[in-house]
Parts: sequence; C-alpha cells; structure tokens
Amino acid sequence: MSLAKVTQVKGLALAVPGDDIDTDRIIPARFLRCVTFDDLGQHAFRDERTGPDGKESNHPMNSPQAARIAAAKQGVMVVGFNFGCGSSREHAPQSIWRFGFTALVGGSFAEIFFGNSTTLGVPCVTLSKDDLADCDAFVRAHPDVEVTVDVEKLVVTAGAKSWKASIAASARDGLVHGKWDPIADLLDGASAVDQTAGSLAYVVGK
Amino acid sequence: MAKTLFQKVWEAHTVRKLPNGQTQLFIGTHLIHEVTSPQAFGMLRDLGLKVKYPQRTFATVDHIVPTNELKEPYSDPIAQEMIEALRKNTKDFGIRFFDTNTGTQGIVHMVGPEQGITQPGTTIACGDSHTATHGAFGAIAFGIGTTQVRDVLATQTLALSPLKVRRIEVNGQLAPGVYAKDVILHIIRVLGVNGGIGYAYEYAGSTFDGFSLEERMTVCNMSIEGGARCGYVNPDQKTFDYIKGKPYAPKAAGWDAAVARWQSFASDPGCAYDDVVKFDAAAIRPTVTWGITPGQAVFIDEKMPALETLNAADRATAEDAYKHMKLSPDTPIKGTKVDVCFLGSCTNGRISDLREAAKYLKGRKVSPTVKAIVVPGSQLTAIQAVHEGLDKVFTEAGFEWRGAGCSMCLAMNPDKLVGDQLCASSSNRNFKGRQGSQTGRTVLMSPIMVIAAAITGQVADAREVFKV
Ligand code: SF4
Repeated sequence: MSLAKVTQVKGLALAVPGDDIDTDRIIPARFLRCVTFDDLGQHAFRDERTGPDGKESNHPMNSPQAARIAAAKQGVMVVGFNFGCGSSREHAPQSIWRFGFTALVGGSFAEIFFGNSTTLGVPCVTLSKDDLADCDAFVRAHPDVEVTVDVEKLVVTAGAKSWKASIAASARDGLVHGKWDPIADLLDGASAVDQTAGSLAYVVGK
Repeated sequence: MAKTLFQKVWEAHTVRKLPNGQTQLFIGTHLIHEVTSPQAFGMLRDLGLKVKYPQRTFATVDHIVPTNELKEPYSDPIAQEMIEALRKNTKDFGIRFFDTNTGTQGIVHMVGPEQGITQPGTTIACGDSHTATHGAFGAIAFGIGTTQVRDVLATQTLALSPLKVRRIEVNGQLAPGVYAKDVILHIIRVLGVNGGIGYAYEYAGSTFDGFSLEERMTVCNMSIEGGARCGYVNPDQKTFDYIKGKPYAPKAAGWDAAVARWQSFASDPGCAYDDVVKFDAAAIRPTVTWGITPGQAVFIDEKMPALETLNAADRATAEDAYKHMKLSPDTPIKGTKVDVCFLGSCTNGRISDLREAAKYLKGRKVSPTVKAIVVPGSQLTAIQAVHEGLDKVFTEAGFEWRGAGCSMCLAMNPDKLVGDQLCASSSNRNFKGRQGSQTGRTVLMSPIMVIAAAITGQVADAREVFKV
C-alpha cells in the first residue's frame, strides 16, 4: 500500500476555540447511525452550528472562512486543549477531515482522537500555551494568510510568524514516510504474530 | 526486576518493534458492536483481507438497539440495518455474536465479564472508549478507533506506544451512602479530565481490595473520563471467584494453571510507578457533576464553584458549563429540579446497582414530575433482576422497565432528553447534547442518588432522603 508522505500541510486556517471539546460535540451520536463515513463532513460540529430553533449560530464552522476551507478540501484547524476527548468514535476526525481540514494545531489532544487522526493522515501538532494563543490570534486577524504545518521540521508558520510544534515521534515518523496507516507493517509481522499467539495460554485455549 | 501488571501484560503480548518505533501488540480479545465496526468490515473487504483469528473476536449489539420494543423489525429502520449489518459481518467472517435472541446480548462491557471472556493478564480492545471497564479483572483494555478495529480484525494486533503507570491508591472505608461511582467522580475531579493522558491508571489500596468486581468495573469504566486510556485493578481471589464457572472461563482441568498464571501478572511488591496518588476513602462524599465535563463535580453538600476560585484555564469551560446547565456559580446544586432519571449504562447498569437502587426505592414513589427509566445493561442482568422481583419494585414505584442496551447514556435509540430537560443519570458523560437533546442537561451521580432524585424530583442527598 503506498500512501502520500505527509511532510507539510498548507492551507487557510480556522480557529475553533475552547478546551475539552469532546467528540460528542464534534459529531453528535445521531450521526453515528450509519454504516459508512461518507456523509459525515457536513455534520461536523452540527449542534454547535445549528441552534435548537434550526438557526445557524455564529460558530466558526459557519463562517465564510470555513466554507473556503471546505471548498479547497485543505486547511488547518486551530483548537484548544484536550481536544477530542470522550468517545473513541472515529466519526469525529472523519467528519473534520471530510469537511476539509487536513491538519490540526492545538494545545493537547485526547489520545484516541490523536491516533484516529494520524491513521487518516491528518497530523495533530501541539504548540506551547503562549504560542497557541499567539497562533490563534494571528489566524483570526489574518484569515487570508495560509498556515503551514511542517511535520518534518516540527514548526507551524504563517506569514512572518513561526511557532515550534510537537508531535509524538512515532506519528511524525509514520506521516513523513507515508506510513501513517500501520496496516502494511502489521500485516508484515504475521508470522511473529502467530508465534506470540502460540505463547499465550488463553489464546491457544488452555 | 519488579514490574507492574501493565508492563508484564505488555511484554507478554509484544510481537515486535515496528519501524516507526511503536510496538506491535497482540490483542488477545477483541470486542465489537454495531456502531464502530461496519466501516471496519468495509475496509477489510476493500483490501481483500480476512479476519486473522475469528475465534478471538466477540460481537454484540448495544448502542442503537431499542430498549422499548423487543420484537423485530424495529420501528427504527436504521437500527435494524445496523444490526443486520453486524449479523452479516459476523456470519461472513465466522465471529461469535451475542445477538438479541440469545439471552446474552447487552452492553459490550457487560457481556465480556458475564461470559468469562474478560480475564486477567490479557489484552482487550474494543471500538469504544469505555473498554477500560475490563481492567477491573486485571486486563489491559482500551478503546480504539474504527481503523484500528480493522487492524485487529486483519492482524489481531495494534500499533501502540506503551503508557506510563500511575498508581491511584484509595485507602479506608467509604462512609454509608458513598459508592464506587463517587470514588471515580472524585478522582476525576481532583486529577482532571486530562490528567490521565499518557497514563494507565492502576487502582489499588484497601478500598479497592474491599470492592466487589462490579464496583471495580464502575471505577475502571470511567478511566477515560480522566483522560486515561486504560485503568486496572490487580487480580485477586475475588477476581477468580467471579470468573469461575462462567461460559468462557477455563474449565476444571485448566483452572488451577489459569489462576496461577493470572496471579503472576499482578504488580510486584516494590515495583516502580511513574506516579502515585493517594486518597482517603473516608473523606469522599456523594459526588455529582454540575457542568459539561465529568471533572466539573462537587460533593452534594457543597456549593458549585464561584468563577473567581477557578484557574484561568478552567474558567472559560466553567462559564460555558453554567450557561448550558442553567445553573449559578457559588450556589448549592442540591435542590435543582430534575425532569428525567436514568438508571443504567456500562458504568452502573449491573445487577448490584439495580439491587442497591431497588433496596431504597421499595415502597416509595417516583415524583409525578419525573420521567424515570431503568435499563439493565444486559439481558442476563435483566433476567436475574426479574428473577429477584426487582423489576416489580421499579415499575410499582413508577419507573419504566426496559430491555438491555446503552439507551439514554448516549441516546442513539429513541431514549432521548427533550429540550432542556435535566437528567439525573447513573451514566458516565455529561457532555453537551450527550443524552440526545442539544440543550439537554446531565447530572452524573451514583444509582442511589438517582433514586433519591427520582423520589424527590430534585438533585438530593441520598443520605438525607434515606437516612443512611
Ligand atoms: S453504556 Fe454508554 S458509555 Fe457504555 S458503551 Fe454504551 S454508550 Fe458507551
């Protein structure tokens, strides 16, 4: 399986503020009523975007900026801390990705969300608290300036600005080498897997 | 060298190091359900792959299954479609399915333990974040995404990096009216909803030694609410007694060897932890959430926090929470009007929860302003409860008695809050919109506190209501 090398992601950016944004907010449970991920993009942050009265809120995902990112099918979402906590639903990163975002920049990410995103080839990089605030402010003030998430050099740049970024070494390695989906490597280990299985009493049925 | 259970299980299941530095970890037991598996089977078919060890994956339906109609076809065609998809997938790939007509269907985290599939010293994965529940048996169990469900189906392994281990010791006796649920809500409140990122939680101390397996499950279940992907309790005699005789437990000839093996996985005395935190059980009081994260919690007799007392980082979320919950800072939460009561979920939908709730409910009535439902987590639990006459206690008091499933824990089936109803809930998440209404409000608490709320129509202190 050959996958694209994700060394750099460049695109317009959208700030979606708030800490502890859980996956129920990213994609409410009623959109889990499906057997494919295909239609999820349009529902990302649905209940934040549409009020109980059916009216559109002023959530950033309703902004013209979000529409530009959706049209371009590439863009950077700038989020807060502990983003993607809660449910393991892959529907959450799937909806963000299918909406058009190809990288996320935040303070921290919940582990399962991070892993799910990486497996889609969507890097989630973190900045220090102060840098994140600076990046967030810059992005809001300069909607037309493209943001570059450099996974290889571990830096986020926009205009004259640049912020030092971090990402788990294994995720970085997978992304830049085009091995962000681990299935090929896992399949490669098949005979070693059988050996491990054979050494486990509960697996061999003892 | 002295090792933790986490390290021992990790080592026993390590297949090899992957080129990116991660570990290829063998997953001994894989649990699947209807919501996060269909896409994984789809990917498998697209790639032309088979299920490598079909006998190590077990399936059930729980999330979308209606709990108010027991006959198929269900009036919800999507529920029917998702269940049919799982039937087809399990049949095509030769996977054991605890289907609705077997008497063994239920929330996936209840089915594993009930069947004796959940065992100490094993690795367990499931496309569900509450998989840590199985850690109560001394298993390393964690939630995974759908692409990882595909990985386990195709290879029986996952690409993972090891976690650090934080020992959370709780010692002493809980006061009357205080339960395992209060313990975990308190732990999350103190350590924070992201305090566990990067850690496995090892729950230990005399309080956990005294806990039943069901109480341990309640605590391990909510590890993810504290940011920890997995949580466990070292196996002991209680663990072995619980497993003995269950359908998938080792049989007579292999039993002693299995127990010896299980014991060997327990953390060694003197092993090193990355962090240790201690709590005094006697200081924990009945705990309820007031906000939109499980960490936003107070003791029932406390006031909700004044905004000035919170650090800057927590304040924005708190303001958002107060607005959503329509509650005011620096006021008591006790006395807040409750519209709906939900007793159930993989946190507190087990037989011991139903027994304890029924004990206090017996002879009392649900407030006429409250809609109350009780949803046993599994069919086996439901059958046992009916056998003990608990269903009668609930229905006579004014609760609706339902079939097994997740129900109003996440509201994928028709059980939903309406408008800004406030729900006293024994479940695990109080996220905005979690219970099916965008403006719905959730207050998490123990089962007995749910009963107190049902009777009084308000968030109440069960210790006062029941004079315990
Ligand atoms: S009961 Fe709730 S938390 Fe548990 S598996 Fe079902 S939806 Fe998830």
